[in-house]
Amino acid sequence: MTDGSPALRQTPLRDRHLALGARLVGFGGWEMPLQYSGISDEHHAVRRAAGLFDLSHMGEIWVTGAGAGQGLAAALVTDPPGLAVGRAHYSLIAAPDGGIIDDLIVYRLAEDRFLVVPNASNADRVATELEPRLAGLDAVMDDASAATALIAVQGPSARGILAPLTDADLDALKYYAIVEGRAAGAPALVARTGYTGEDGFELFLAPDTAIGVWDRLMAAGVPEGLVPAGLGARDTLRLEAGMPLYGNELGLDATPMEAGLDRLVKFDKRGDFVGRAALEAAREAGPRKRLVGLLLRGRGIARHGYPVYRPGEDSSVGEVTSGTLSPTLGEAIAMAYVPLSAATPGTMLEVGVRASRVPAEVVPLPFYKRGPSQPASDKERRT
Amino acid sequence: MNVPEDLRYTPDHEWLRLESDEGTVGITAYAADELGDIVFVELPAPGSRLEAGSTFGAIESVKTASDLFAPVSGEIVAVNEQLSGSPELINSDPYGEGWMLRVRLDDPSALDALEDAAAYRTRIGAP
Repeated sequence: MTDGSPALRQTPLRDRHLALGARLVGFGGWEMPLQYSGISDEHHAVRRAAGLFDLSHMGEIWVTGAGAGQGLAAALVTDPPGLAVGRAHYSLIAAPDGGIIDDLIVYRLAEDRFLVVPNASNADRVATELEPRLAGLDAVMDDASAATALIAVQGPSARGILAPLTDADLDALKYYAIVEGRAAGAPALVARTGYTGEDGFELFLAPDTAIGVWDRLMAAGVPEGLVPAGLGARDTLRLEAGMPLYGNELGLDATPMEAGLDRLVKFDKRGDFVGRAALEAAREAGPRKRLVGLLLRGRGIARHGYPVYRPGEDSSVGEVTSGTLSPTLGEAIAMAYVPLSAATPGTMLEVGVRASRVPAEVVPLPFYKRGPSQPASDKERRT
Repeated sequence: MNVPEDLRYTPDHEWLRLESDEGTVGITAYAADELGDIVFVELPAPGSRLEAGSTFGAIESVKTASDLFAPVSGEIVAVNEQLSGSPELINSDPYGEGWMLRVRLDDPSALDALEDAAAYRTRIGAP
């Protein structure tokens, strides 16, 4: 390492990715598959059938003990003690000034046992922040990120592919629920969560079982239309589904209210939590900006960091946080922070794309919402 | 990776094919592959000028946007109109149907400043 950058961490599935022709890139400190056959192909496969994702870069932090729930309630903006055993919720960890340190999912495995899943790039930071927030309570934190592999099967065919390979009752496993069992030949935590806007499952595994699980899922799934899918498709899928990405839509400079995540902040829960005073003040003052969806009405694609203008004005009023050509819609979509006065759906704005201004309409999020489960033939007819 | 012998290359992965004083310009198979699924190309109008080393347009894949750099100076005599409706031609046939524009070179000897296939192959680490 002559350039001084730390070596990228590798997941247990790296050889499988290389054998499948994946292009590997650095992401959050890990060497991860960006794409295999191509982002569009993989994206469509997840919307129509299923995709198989290696998400072993994600963090896994266990919090255990009689005080675990109380500790997490004081550490996060949500109220984990309110979770039933076997359920999960989406949460945020805030800084004392109300900025967002990370977004994460909290799973409750037992009365006194919680699993916190932060983003790869923030896993160390979240562990560092959590530990002192649990001090003085009967709660032990164990950062198992390096000792946990994570494989996701996402898409309308995910349930049919996984069901014969697991003893978990998938019909009883609700969205945002988790159960311990076996999957594809290995002990696993089977969660019905994901980041694609489709039905799907995430399997938390011991790293030495990951290759076997991957191979079994591929063998069972490929005939059903399953394809390996990389971070590129994961990004276009989550963007269509209107899901925020930390570092793009979320960061220390936006409040949960501005990001449209008001519902997560449980001001009515008992006790203090880190960021409460600042977030109460921010709620009182009202948001300065709002995260919106944009549909581009001219030629061009909005990208992260591009400026947003009111028509005919010289100075920008906002900024694009994420943008792409939506593979599902065939149109350029974006998310952006804009002033409240420009955040109403139907408002016409402009995005600065290189030398030109491209008209963009504020639209409600998400851009894509999956329909109720139905045979594929009916779905075809609907469009 | 396909690097045709009869073309010249820029460090930014454009190629140029010279026929008398006119050259055809596109991006290499390596560049197209790196970009992934190409979904949009922004090209100048015929009649406008190319300045060697300057940006003449942009290319976008699902993943990212990238500038296009002129390999030589000259006047643009034609633009591949097919690309506005079928930008994926750049992925499927980067040296053929995926061509971008034709330019009348100010100075055909400008070609000498570009890399030959062997040098470009070395640049991209191709065998």
